[in-house]
Amino acid sequence: MLGSGIIKGFIETGRNFAESYFVPERLTTVQYPEEQLPPHENTRTIPFLVYDASDPAVGLRCTACQICEQECPPGCIRIVKDTTKKPDFVGKMQFQPAVFEIDISVCMGCGICAEVCPFDSIKMDHVFNLCAVERLESMLVRKERLAKSNDYFRSIHPREAREIDAQRGEEKAKAEAKTRAAAAAKASPATNPVCGAAA
Amino acid sequence: MNWLDQIFVTSGHQLVSLAPASLQPAASVLLTIAAIMAVCGGCFALTTIIERKGLGRIQNRRGPNRVGPCGLFQPLADGLKMLTKEDIVPSSADKAAHFLAPIILTVPIWLTFSLLPFGRNMAALNLDSGVLFFFALGSATELAVFMAGWSSQNKYSVLGAMRAIAQMISYEVPLALATVPVLMLAGSLSLVDIVQAQGGYALGFVPRWNVLTPWGLVGFGLFLTAATAESNRSPFDLPEGESELIAGYLTEYSGFKYALFFLGEYLGLFAVSGLGVTLFLGGWRAPLPILEWAPSWFWFGGKFSALIFVFIWARGTLPRLRLDQLLNLAWKFLVPMALINMLAAAIWHLSPQWGGVFTSPPMRWLLTAAMLVFPYVWLGRAVNPRAGAKREYAYAE
Amino acid sequence: MPNNIPFYLAAAVTLGGAIAAMSLRNLVHCALCAAGAFAGLGAIYLQLGAEFVAAAQVLVYVGAIAMLIVFAILLTRGGKVKLTARQTAPNRFVGFLIVLLVCASLAGSILRSPSLQARTLALPEVTAPAQRIGENLMTAYVLPLETVGLLLTAAMLGAVVLAIREEPEARLRSEPTAQRRQALEEANIS
Repeated sequence: MLGSGIIKGFIETGRNFAESYFVPERLTTVQYPEEQLPPHENTRTIPFLVYDASDPAVGLRCTACQICEQECPPGCIRIVKDTTKKPDFVGKMQFQPAVFEIDISVCMGCGICAEVCPFDSIKMDHVFNLCAVERLESMLVRKERLAKSNDYFRSIHPREAREIDAQRGEEKAKAEAKTRAAAAAKASPATNPVCGAAA
Repeated sequence: MNWLDQIFVTSGHQLVSLAPASLQPAASVLLTIAAIMAVCGGCFALTTIIERKGLGRIQNRRGPNRVGPCGLFQPLADGLKMLTKEDIVPSSADKAAHFLAPIILTVPIWLTFSLLPFGRNMAALNLDSGVLFFFALGSATELAVFMAGWSSQNKYSVLGAMRAIAQMISYEVPLALATVPVLMLAGSLSLVDIVQAQGGYALGFVPRWNVLTPWGLVGFGLFLTAATAESNRSPFDLPEGESELIAGYLTEYSGFKYALFFLGEYLGLFAVSGLGVTLFLGGWRAPLPILEWAPSWFWFGGKFSALIFVFIWARGTLPRLRLDQLLNLAWKFLVPMALINMLAAAIWHLSPQWGGVFTSPPMRWLLTAAMLVFPYVWLGRAVNPRAGAKREYAYAE
Repeated sequence: MPNNIPFYLAAAVTLGGAIAAMSLRNLVHCALCAAGAFAGLGAIYLQLGAEFVAAAQVLVYVGAIAMLIVFAILLTRGGKVKLTARQTAPNRFVGFLIVLLVCASLAGSILRSPSLQARTLALPEVTAPAQRIGENLMTAYVLPLETVGLLLTAAMLGAVVLAIREEPEARLRSEPTAQRRQALEEANIS
């Protein structure tokens, strides 16, 4: 009958109006910037470098392999390898970057650098209010500003950080087991038939 | 509480008596004009913010809430914005018509407020043919719409203006026809007399408003539909539909002239709301005998606000009608329904005199209701033949 | 005289609108000034106490007839007609003479009419004039009322007949969907 749909519509919008005052599902507004919706885990804005433990100089995962510099489509990453090496989380000696700069006015947030990094050292950040008052100097982010701790990484990418930490924990345990086995073999060569024959 | 009821009238008289005797008629006129303009201007500002917040709540969001507490100073911000915008007139536009169109739109609507009885003894003008004058002023606004559209020398504007005029002319007929039963039964065209005729209470507590009769209910529904279309409000806002024709006949207007059009549209809404309250809802009369202590202008304001809220509710609920659907609704549904409503009202009025079974009220109600429900259903089917039918897809199955 | 100011204003609007409607170059401007003249006439009716006639004047003339004139101008010439040269008739002198004669006879008959001779003319006190008009229309003047109604119906029917268009392809569009689907299937098969 003409008008039945109209009545149903009026009832629905009337319910919307009335219940928006006390039923939270009927008022889905988030009053930005006082309240903010947390971003999704897969949000990509600009990259950042992860460091383990508490000291970026010691725990920076980046080994200056320069894969991200080559894969970056607009070419906004600049890496200069340091001459000295430092041990990584397994104990192996790796290179480190002396200079690691990203021009965030060029960076398009594609996340390819994070995809190709073999050392899980460069990941995509969630910060988006990156305003500056001049164009050149403050839009160039250096290694000190790029380095953020693994705890921060875990807070913004919980699932990914959990997987990476588990993986690294396994590798570290395997490496430690190997060194312990090597140390035990060196300590008692008689028990080892091969070594005993050689010695 | 008579002093509170007549507070505006007595204070107006006292203010006017302060002026010298020879200027008192002019002073009285000016005071009335100033009062009406102040009240309607204030209502306009309040309605803009209430509409935005109301629509927001209907759409599961808050309305503007930054300017002032709960956003109540938003009209000030809007007014400042409109005043400080650059007034752009197209170079090939007809300057005189472009300038005069907003003025010709708003002036007749200001005139209509002088006819409405805002309370007991509070009608500025008690014209004997008030309702006719009201419709006359409403029809004068169409010329302004045409001027606005044509003077902009813009194809979209002209198209929008033609559509707007077609819509306004088509809906004037049901608007006038819907009010004819009220005039018939009140016996006068004067708005003050129509409110007088709706006095008294049936069964001791049911007010004798026109809307509480079968023909009054149908008439009120027709009046509301036609009034929504007359003031170009959703769901009949095709002429100014932002997604269809940019802004229709308002395309080339900016700054204060756009604000005047906006004002004209809202004032038109207030005028027809006031007329609807006067004709159907009993004007300034209280709904129950025990509530008569409240002032008459309070009841008028309350019913007026309720009607404005219904208009805002309709805007938030109903999708926009297409032009042919709009015109079909006017000519094929509203006009026949209004004519049948007139007949039903006449039968309602005359049936007690037929004697026999018709002297009892339930029989009157039954007869009039039957006369109105069956044509409604039948005409509704004619206007929308596919309503409720299962949709047939030519290719999707 | 302060009491006559409204009358002078209304008269000025009416006369000004009429003169402008005759002499302006832009046709749409002429139509709009004519609408202004109609409105001024309505104001004069109001001052004479004829509220019903004033309302009817504004409703019919400004609301409908002015729209009609404007639409007619738009749909036929587009309002861009400019008067090119002054119309010079060869016998301007004779034209002036005829105008003078007509005006003199009209003015003479108007100035000698009895209602203008009586200097003091009070407005007749009529209670409920709208009701009186209605009663008169239904009793004494019922024949003109019905004739006008008949005339309006004939005009409306004529307008509808003029505006109706024969669209043979519209019949195909109104076929039910199932039939159309079947027809399409047959067309695809064949």
